[in-house]
Amino acid sequence: MNELSRPKAARAAKPKTPQKGPPQAEPAQKQPRRAEMRVRPTAPILPPSNIQGNALMVVIAIMAFLACLTFGAVTMVRATASSWQSQISREITIQIKPEDGLDMDAALKKARDLALTFVGTREGTIMDETATARLLEPWLGTGLNLADLPVPRLVIITIDEQNPPDFNGMRAQLKTAIPQAFLDDHRTWVDRLVSMAHTTVLIGTGVLVLVFTAMILTVIFATRGALSGNRHIVEVLHFVGAESSFVASEFQKHFLKISMKGSAAGGALAALLFAAANIWQSNSLATPESDQATALFGTFTIGVTGYLGIFATMIVIALLTTLTARFTVMRTIDEIDLIRSDPARSDGLPAS
Amino acid sequence: MKRIPSSRKFKWLMLRKRGLKSALFRALFTVRLLGSLRDNGHHESESQGLGHPLIHFENVGLRYGMGPEILRDMTFDIPKRSFQFLTGPSGAGKTTLLRLLFMSLHPTRGIIHMFGRDLSQIPRSELPMLRRRVGIVFQDFRLLDHLTTYENVALPLRVRGKEESSYRNDVLELLKWVGLGERINVLPAVLSGGEKQRAAIARALMDRPEILLADEPTGNVDPPMARRLLNLFMELNRLGTAVVIATHDLALMDQVDARRMILTEGRLDIYE
Repeated sequence: MNELSRPKAARAAKPKTPQKGPPQAEPAQKQPRRAEMRVRPTAPILPPSNIQGNALMVVIAIMAFLACLTFGAVTMVRATASSWQSQISREITIQIKPEDGLDMDAALKKARDLALTFVGTREGTIMDETATARLLEPWLGTGLNLADLPVPRLVIITIDEQNPPDFNGMRAQLKTAIPQAFLDDHRTWVDRLVSMAHTTVLIGTGVLVLVFTAMILTVIFATRGALSGNRHIVEVLHFVGAESSFVASEFQKHFLKISMKGSAAGGALAALLFAAANIWQSNSLATPESDQATALFGTFTIGVTGYLGIFATMIVIALLTTLTARFTVMRTIDEIDLIRSDPARSDGLPAS
Repeated sequence: MKRIPSSRKFKWLMLRKRGLKSALFRALFTVRLLGSLRDNGHHESESQGLGHPLIHFENVGLRYGMGPEILRDMTFDIPKRSFQFLTGPSGAGKTTLLRLLFMSLHPTRGIIHMFGRDLSQIPRSELPMLRRRVGIVFQDFRLLDHLTTYENVALPLRVRGKEESSYRNDVLELLKWVGLGERINVLPAVLSGGEKQRAAIARALMDRPEILLADEPTGNVDPPMARRLLNLFMELNRLGTAVVIATHDLALMDQVDARRMILTEGRLDIYE
C-alpha cells in the first residue's frame, strides 16, 4: 500500500508542472519556475474597498467637517469676545450729569484728579466737547451746541488690568466730592460678554459631543455591517485559529484607513473654508458686506491654534473610529463565538 | 492499515527507492515536519504522558435547542497518529461531531478532553491556541476569494502574527507537495475543484497540526482525484498526524483498511 500511495502522491504533484508550457520542454520549465517564486505583495485579509467603505468615508468626512467647523467657530467667537473684553476692561468711565449751578469743567477735572490718586489707574482723559458731540452725532445730528443741552460728560480713565484700583472706594469718594458723578467700571458689559463667550463655548461643545456621538454610532453600525458582510472571512479566521484581537486588528486597520481619509478630507475642507473666508475678509476690507460679516462673526482668523485644533480634531476622529471599530469587532466576535458554540441557540448557526 | 514506523530511516529508504530529484522538496518538508512533530511529542510526554489520546470523548451528548439529541452517549478516543474514517448516512451528525472535535461547539452533556485537558475548564480566550493544533478541511473549502492560493495557505501563519518572510519558503514547499506549485498566484475562482480541495488541505496542514479533520474531502472530486487525496492523507498520517476523514464514500473507505467510526441515529460504533 505504501508503494502504491507514494508514487500516486508524487503523481498528484507532478501533472501540474507541465500544464503551463505544453510542448517546449526546457524553456517552459525554466520560466514558470522563476515566476512561481515571485509572490505578489500580501493582500489585506479584508477586501480593501467596497461601496459601504466609500459611504462611510463620506459620512466621516462630513462629520469631521462639521466638527472642525464648530471648533473653528468656537475659537473665533472666543477670540472676538476676549478681545472685546480686554478692550473694555482696560478702561473705566466717570460720567457727570449736568445740573444747575454745577461747574462742569471744574467737576470733570476734579473727578479726573481724584480718580488718578488711586493706585492702579494710569491716565485720565476728559472727553472734550467736540468728542462728546461726535458721540451724540448719530442721534442728534451735527452742529450741536452742548451748552444748550443737558448732556452728561465723560472722563475716561485707563487702568492697569493686572492691578485694578479699588472701584468701590473710588465710587464712594466720588459720590461725596461730586454728587453728580457716576463711576461705570463696565462690569455689567464684561460679565455679559464673558457669559456670552461661555455660552458659545458650551453650545460648541454640545455640538461637538453630538457630532462625535453620531460618528461613533455610525462607525458602530458600519463595523457591524462590515462584520456581517465579511462573516465568511471571520469564520475562516476562526477556523485557522485566529484570536479575536487579531481579527479586531484587521478590521481596525481597515477602518483606520477609511477614517483617516475621511477626517483628513473633512478637516482640510473646514480649514480651507476658514482660510478662504479670511482672505475674502481681508480683501474686501471696509466694504459693507465685510463689515456686516465682521460685526456678526468677528474676524475669520482662527490662528495657528485654530488650525492645530482642526488637525487635532482630525486625529481624534480617526482614533475614535479605530477604537470604536476595535471594541465593536471584539464584542461582536465574542458574541458570534458564544452563539456558535452554544447548541441551545440556533439563531447564529453557521452554514456548516 | 498497517502501522508504519515513521522514522527518518524509513523516509530515507523511501527516498532511495525513487529518484532523489523528484523527492527533494518533499524530503525537505518532511524532515521539517517530522522534526516539529517530534518536538510536539516531547512536549506532550512532559505534560501528560505518552499514553493519552489526542481527543477523548466521554458520554458526550448534544441537542440543538429543545430538539432531540443529535448525538448520544459518545465515548471514544482519537489516539495519536491514528487514521480513521467517520461515516454514516446524511444527517447522522457527522458535521456536528466534527464541530465538537474542533471545539467550535460545546456539548450539551458529557466531557471532552482535548490534548489531555478538560475542555469545560478551558477559558474561551485559550481556545484559539488549542484550535491551532487542529487542522480542519471543509467540504466547501472555505478559501477566501480575494486571496491567492499562496495567501490562503499562508493564512494560519499570518493569523499567528508571523512575518511573511519567515514562512514564504515553507508555504511554497507545501504547495509543491500538494501539487499546486504552479498555481500559487491564482485566485480560488480560477482553481478547479480538486485544486481548491488541495489548497484547503494545504491550509489545514500549514501549521503542522497534530490532528487533521476533513469533512467530505472527496465530495467534489472524481474518483482518481479522490484516491490521490486519500494518498495525501495517508502520507501525512505516516508522518505522524492523526487523521479523521468524514465521508460517506464507501468506495473510498474500501481502499484503506482503517478504523471506522460509524454514526447511526446519533450513536457511534467503532470498527477497529
